[in-house]
Amino acid sequence: MKRRSIVKYAAVAAAMSLGLTACSGGGGGSDQAKESGTVRVTLANHVWTEGIKAAIPEFEKSSGLKVELTQLGEDQLSDQYNVKLNAGSDEIDVMMYRPLQEGKAFAKNGYLADLTKNVSSDSGWDWKDYQEGPVKATTVEGKVVGVPIITEREVLYYRKDLLQAAGLQVPKTMEELEAAAKAIKASSPDTAGFVARTGKSTAVTQFSSFLYSFGGDFMDSSGKASVNTDAAKKAYAYYGGLIRNYGPANVSTDMSWPEAMAIFTQGGAAFYTEADSLYKNATDPAKSKVADKVGFAALPAGPAGSKPYNIPSWALGVNQNSSNTDNAWKFIQWATSKERTLAAQKAGVPGPRTSVWSNPEGTSTYPKDLAEAISASAKNGVGHDRPEVVTVGKAREIVGAPIVASITGADAAAAANDAQTAFQTFLDSEKK
Amino acid sequence: MSVLNPPRSTGTRRPSGPVGAGGHFSAWANRHRKWLFAAPAMIFVGVLIVFPLAWTVYLSLTDSQGSVRAATDFIGLQNYITVLSDTERFWPAVGRTLAFTGVALAFEVVLGMCVALLLWRPFRGEKWVRVAILLPLVATPVAVGMMWRLIFDPNIGFANQLLGMVGIPPQPWLSGQDTALGTTIFMDVWQWTPMVVLILLAGLTSLSDEPDEAARVDGANAFQRFFFITLPLMMPTVIVAILLRGIDALKTFDILYATKGKGGGSFHEVETLNVYAYGLSFDYNQYGLSSAVLILFFMIIIGTMWLLTMRKKAVGK
Repeated sequence: MKRRSIVKYAAVAAAMSLGLTACSGGGGGSDQAKESGTVRVTLANHVWTEGIKAAIPEFEKSSGLKVELTQLGEDQLSDQYNVKLNAGSDEIDVMMYRPLQEGKAFAKNGYLADLTKNVSSDSGWDWKDYQEGPVKATTVEGKVVGVPIITEREVLYYRKDLLQAAGLQVPKTMEELEAAAKAIKASSPDTAGFVARTGKSTAVTQFSSFLYSFGGDFMDSSGKASVNTDAAKKAYAYYGGLIRNYGPANVSTDMSWPEAMAIFTQGGAAFYTEADSLYKNATDPAKSKVADKVGFAALPAGPAGSKPYNIPSWALGVNQNSSNTDNAWKFIQWATSKERTLAAQKAGVPGPRTSVWSNPEGTSTYPKDLAEAISASAKNGVGHDRPEVVTVGKAREIVGAPIVASITGADAAAAANDAQTAFQTFLDSEKK
Repeated sequence: MSVLNPPRSTGTRRPSGPVGAGGHFSAWANRHRKWLFAAPAMIFVGVLIVFPLAWTVYLSLTDSQGSVRAATDFIGLQNYITVLSDTERFWPAVGRTLAFTGVALAFEVVLGMCVALLLWRPFRGEKWVRVAILLPLVATPVAVGMMWRLIFDPNIGFANQLLGMVGIPPQPWLSGQDTALGTTIFMDVWQWTPMVVLILLAGLTSLSDEPDEAARVDGANAFQRFFFITLPLMMPTVIVAILLRGIDALKTFDILYATKGKGGGSFHEVETLNVYAYGLSFDYNQYGLSSAVLILFFMIIIGTMWLLTMRKKAVGK
């Protein structure tokens, strides 16, 4: 074939392989007339979204606005924001985002509108009602850039029947948890003693509570990396060891919550540590084979006590480039009102409002032991569950490496030392 | 291009009469018709290929990160130096990309040839078999990835249950550090062999029967006829199949991303160049570095294609 065909193939290949970055160059949006009557809302697939979706006609009726809803999986949502917000698109008005994952980066890039005035303008809606941790996470450099909608704490999910059969108490400390997991694995080899997330990046958030409970953190108070302290090394060895020694038989190092939850809800494990906001997956008979046998407890205490994370996992923000900011705020104001938060919380979404938590109705639908575990965790919880940096994705991969090393039986302490060097280099590069 | 260039005389043989605006336009259009007809294609190439390519080259020379609209500094070839000296992620990704493509391609071509030979001669139920073979081809790669991910799940997957029935211990498949790449290659072979079959079958059916018959008369057996007659005649088609499928395999992304996610798994076990560049862009927001990787990747593709095209030329002679 002639030279021209090479050029042709080259051109096609270029278009395909470079499509990735091409997306970020294009996009844009049409010049909208000021304040359109349609609010374009982008939400993640989440139980909170299901509730709000059902209630949207109510909002449309009372406000006279139309809501155009886009719903995406977590990763797709994140990629979508990267492309559209990078291109300065005005196609999104209201966006559901993760304050701890993307908040800093989005605020730094100027993607999120300043909502400080909006939140303080309506005393009936009451910004002061919001818990301190969530408010901190959605406030960047003194500006409020989002309204938290869901809070999460790590709790212990366990199987009442298996514990009873083995004559075990609900573990209160990390040692007791390990002993119980060992006992159950020994008595029934087909059932794992313990299961949790194992993917390098995905496990970081759930590992964080273990790290805090052993007395460590990802960074010290001066902002230096601290993933190779004695406490951190012990935490890595403990978390990985639990999974390696008492986890499912063919454990993979790719599990996020859907895989780990599947093992637990299929009856494959006695203990599982996970976010409380996912509890419905375990107690809903349509999704869980062990729905009536699941118990909840606060995260067992490590050498530094029981210190689970207590974080706002999702918030609503307004796209800085939206030409529809007033109506976008109207939507947020409605979606996060006391009534809606109460309704969401009753449907199984732990909210960020103090008044809803102090209202007995707010926890009326929760299993009693879960409500107790949440209330205990809220008291001594830590406000972050991953390194608080701009490029969270990369940081998670670095600090997550010792977790998988530990799960696979490699030298976790050596991996922690490597991670320390890499993480410090990363932190230095972010400061530049 | 010469085909589009009409004999000069056609433009002058127009009926005479008052020349309005429309007349002016048609005269102009007639004079420039080779550009006019090519314009849509040229605009397409410009907007969708040249611009992104140029933009990517530009980004690769800057320290763009965080947001592509943020202020950036021109840093020359620094990104390329960083990438080319990265033995932790980049070079292993190059190795995996080539291994994935090479192994998948070898299996697909050999298997494809076998199946095409089976389907070559008419037989009963031929239509049904052809439809069945085409089924994997019509599925979306992401869906294919999700499906195999479920089948290969180490705990609840069908594959291990099946092995259990015949007394073989469960295998790690996608979750194993050493087995993951092989498993994704298997998935690629499963999905794309039918395409190779289609191309080779088209080639086979266009072959003349005479050389084969002559060899048969001379007493050549089936193997001799295949290796000395059919295969050499088929070489140009085989290279087209390798070229088309090779480019595709180099670019594989969906199957890998759907099965192992960002970074190609906890140990980057299936991280090819595409997956790596994607992670740099969408997870790390390092657009400069990502662009450098993509440009280098682009060069690898061009190089591979050039080699194959040369080969096809040599065979075609």
